[in-house]
Amino acid sequence: MVDIRSGTGEEIGPAEVEDVELYHPHSWWTRYVFSQDAKIIAVQYASTAIAIGMVALVLSWLMRLQLGFPGAFAFIDAERYYQFITMHGMIMVIYLLTALFLGGFGNYLIPLMLGARDMVFPYANMLSYWLYLLAVLVLVASFFAPGGPTGAGWTLYPPQAVLSGTPGGKDWGIILMLSSLILFVIGFTMGGLNYVVTVLQGRTRGMTLMRMPLTVWGIFTATVMALLAFPALFVACVMMLFDRVLGTSFFMPAIVEMGEQLQHGGGSPIMFQHLFWFFGHPEVYIVALPAFGIVSDLISTHARKNIFGYRMMVWAIVIIGALSFIVWAHHMYVSGMNPYFGFFFATTTLIIAVPTAIKVYNWVLTLWRGDIHLTLPMLFALAFIVTFVNGGLTGLFLGNVVVDVPLSDTMFVVAHFHMVMGVAPIMVIFGAIYHWYPKITGRMLNQAMGQIHFWVTFVGAYLIFFPMHYLGLIGMPRRYYEMGETAFVPASAHTLNEFITIMALIVGAAQIVFLFNLIWSIRHGREAGGNPWRATTLEWQTPETPPRHGNWGKELPAVYRWPYDYSVPGAAEDFIPQTEPGSVGHAPEGAS
Amino acid sequence: MNVTLVFLAVIFAIAAWWLSRQRLFSKPWLEVGHAHDPRPRGRPSIPPAKIGLGVFLAVVAALFSLFISAYFMRMASTDWWSTPMPKILWLNTAILALGSLLLHAARVTAEQHRDEASRTAMIAALAAGLAFLAGQVFAWRELTDAGFLLADNPANSFFYMISGMHGLHILGGLFALTRVIVKTRTGPMGERAVLSITLCATYWHFMLAVWLVLYALFSGWANDFVELCRSLLT
Repeated sequence: MVDIRSGTGEEIGPAEVEDVELYHPHSWWTRYVFSQDAKIIAVQYASTAIAIGMVALVLSWLMRLQLGFPGAFAFIDAERYYQFITMHGMIMVIYLLTALFLGGFGNYLIPLMLGARDMVFPYANMLSYWLYLLAVLVLVASFFAPGGPTGAGWTLYPPQAVLSGTPGGKDWGIILMLSSLILFVIGFTMGGLNYVVTVLQGRTRGMTLMRMPLTVWGIFTATVMALLAFPALFVACVMMLFDRVLGTSFFMPAIVEMGEQLQHGGGSPIMFQHLFWFFGHPEVYIVALPAFGIVSDLISTHARKNIFGYRMMVWAIVIIGALSFIVWAHHMYVSGMNPYFGFFFATTTLIIAVPTAIKVYNWVLTLWRGDIHLTLPMLFALAFIVTFVNGGLTGLFLGNVVVDVPLSDTMFVVAHFHMVMGVAPIMVIFGAIYHWYPKITGRMLNQAMGQIHFWVTFVGAYLIFFPMHYLGLIGMPRRYYEMGETAFVPASAHTLNEFITIMALIVGAAQIVFLFNLIWSIRHGREAGGNPWRATTLEWQTPETPPRHGNWGKELPAVYRWPYDYSVPGAAEDFIPQTEPGSVGHAPEGAS
Repeated sequence: MNVTLVFLAVIFAIAAWWLSRQRLFSKPWLEVGHAHDPRPRGRPSIPPAKIGLGVFLAVVAALFSLFISAYFMRMASTDWWSTPMPKILWLNTAILALGSLLLHAARVTAEQHRDEASRTAMIAALAAGLAFLAGQVFAWRELTDAGFLLADNPANSFFYMISGMHGLHILGGLFALTRVIVKTRTGPMGERAVLSITLCATYWHFMLAVWLVLYALFSGWANDFVELCRSLLT
C-alpha cells in the first residue's frame, strides 16, 4: 500500500487559463460546412473517409470475385484488376486509416480530452479538411479519366508506374494519383501542426503530459511521425511527377518500351523505394499508435480497471515511434540490397517487437481480474488484441531476411499486413465509434445491430485471412490476375479461394448494417446522457452532450488526477473523473 | 538517406531533451491533486503561433533534407555532369540576405514602437523577396539559353526542381508578409503585430539558411565535405 500524496487542489492554480479567442460562426454555412470547430471538422473528416472507404471495400469485392471465380465476370479484365488492387490499397491506407485516425479522432478527441476549447489554429484546421476533400476528389476523378486510375500497385514503383504497360501509366491515372497524394500531404501538414501544437500549448490547468489519456499520447506521437515521414512521400511524388510529365530521369533508368528506346536514362528505381518506404514504414505506426492509444482507453474503461503500467505504455509509444524510422528497408529485402543492410534492418525490425510486446502484456494485465463488461467497444478491443498478436507474429517471420525472401511475393504477405494493419486498426475504429458515438450524437448505437456487425466482421475477417496464410505458404503468388494451370497449386486451393471470396462478400455486407446503424441511431438511438460508460476522462465531463462550440462552460475544467482512476478502493463509485479534486481511497493495486 | 538520418537524429535529440523535462518518470496515479505542471502559471510563455512555426519549419527542413538525400543518391550514377551556376545567383543570395536583414530591422523597430520605420522595412523586404524570385527566374533563363535544359541531365533536373521548391516557399512567405503588411497598415502596432513580424522574420532567416545550403550543394562546395563524411563513415 502506497501513500498517496494528496493535495488540497490549491496547487493546481487558478482554473482560468487565458481563454482563446473563439471563432463565432454567423450562418449555417460557416457553422456546418466551412466550420472551424474541430468537432465538426472531425465529423467531416470521418464521413469523407468512411465514404471513400466504402469505395475501396467494393473494389476489394471485385478483386476477390476475380480471384475466387476467375473469368466469371467479363468486365474484370487484367487491367481493371490491377487498378482495383492499387486503388483499394492506397485508399485504405492513406485516405481511410490515416485520415480517420488523425483527422477524425484526432480532431474530435484532442481538444476535448485536454480540456481545450478548440484547436489552436482553427482556420488551418478547416483548410486541412478541404484540402483532404480535394485530394479525395482528385483521386475519385481518376476513375473517370481516360485510361482509368493507375494500376501500378499501391507502392507505385517506377519505372513500371509510368510506362504504357501499366494501366494509367501513360494516361491520366498516375498523374492524378500523384497530385492527389501531394494535396493530401499539404492538407495533412496543416492539420498535423494543429494536433501537435494543441497538445503542447492547449492543455488545461493540471493536465500534465503524464496525465494525458493514452489516446492523446498515441495520436500525438503518430502526428509527429507523420509530419516527419509524409515529406518523403511528397518528395517521391514530386520527383515521379517530373519524370512522367517533364521527361526527367530521377527514377527512370535507360529503358526500351515497345521496341522503342525512351528518352530516360541513368535514374534509380531503388531511390524511389528508399523514399517511399521511408514514409511507408512509419505509416504503419502512424496508423497503429492511435489504435494502441484508443484501445488502451477502451480496455481500461470497460474493464473498470486502471491501465496496467501507464508509464511503460507511454514510453513504449515514444520508443516505437522513434524506432519505426530506422526499419524501412525491411520492405526492400528482395530489391537486391547489400546483405549487411538486410542484417541491420532485420535487427531493428525485431527490436520493435519488444516495446510492442510490452503493450500487449499490459493490455492483458489490465484485463486480468478486471470487471470486464462485454460491451461493443470492449468486444472490438478484445478482437483487436488477438488480431494484432496474430499479425505481429507473422511480422516476426517476415522481418527475417531468409524467411521473407521466399514468402515475399506470396499471399502470406497479403494475409500478414491485412491482419496487422487492416483488420486490427479497423477493429479499433469500430470500437472507438461505438464508444464515442454517444458523445458525438447524444444517443447510443443500437446494440442488436452492433452485435451482428461485430460477430460477422470478427469471425468473417478470420475466415478470410487465416486461410490466406496457408495459400501463401504453399506458394500462391500475390498480385497475379489469375493462376491458370499451375502444378504447385492444388485444386483445393482454388476451392479455398472461392470460400475466401464468399466470406469477403459477407463481411463487406455486414458493414451495411453498421452504416445503417450509424444513421438510424442519430434519431432512434437510446438517449445516452453525458457519461454513459461512467468514464473518467474529460470529454465525458462536458456540461452539454453533444458538446457545444467551445466545449466547456464559462470556465475551463481543472485536472486533479490521472485518467485511469477506476475501481479505486474506498471511493463511492467505481470511477473518479479527472476533474474531481482531493484524494479518495488508496493507490490502485497493480499500478507499476 | 544519410543526410535525412542526420537530420532525424537532430530532431530526435530535441524531442528527447524536451521529453526529459516532462517528468516521464513520475507516477501520475500517486499524485492526486498535485499538478506539477512544468508550464509557468498564468499565460503560456511561448505563443502557440511560434511553436507552430517551429514545427512547420521542422517539416520544411525534413522536406529539403530528403531532396538533398535524393540529390546525393542520384549523384553517384555515371551520367551526372554538374550544372554551371549562373553568376546572378550571387546577386540573388545577397538580395535574400538583405530581405532577412530588413525583416530583422522591421521586428526591432516594431518592438521600439517606431511603426513607420517598421512598415517601410517590411515593404522593402517584400520588394527584396520579389526581386529574389525575379532573379531566380533570370538564372533559370540564363541556364536554358545556355542549353542546360531540365531533362538533359539529372544535375539540371535537381537544380530546377529544388530551387523551384525553394522559390515556392519564398512565394508562400511573401503571401504571409503581404497579409501582415495589410493588417498593420493603420493604427499603432501592438503585441500581435510584433509577433506576426517576428514570425515572418524567423521564416525568412530559415529560408535564407536553406538557400545557402542549397547553393553550396549546387556549386559543388558541399561535395568535399560530403566526401569527407563518407570516408569517415566507411
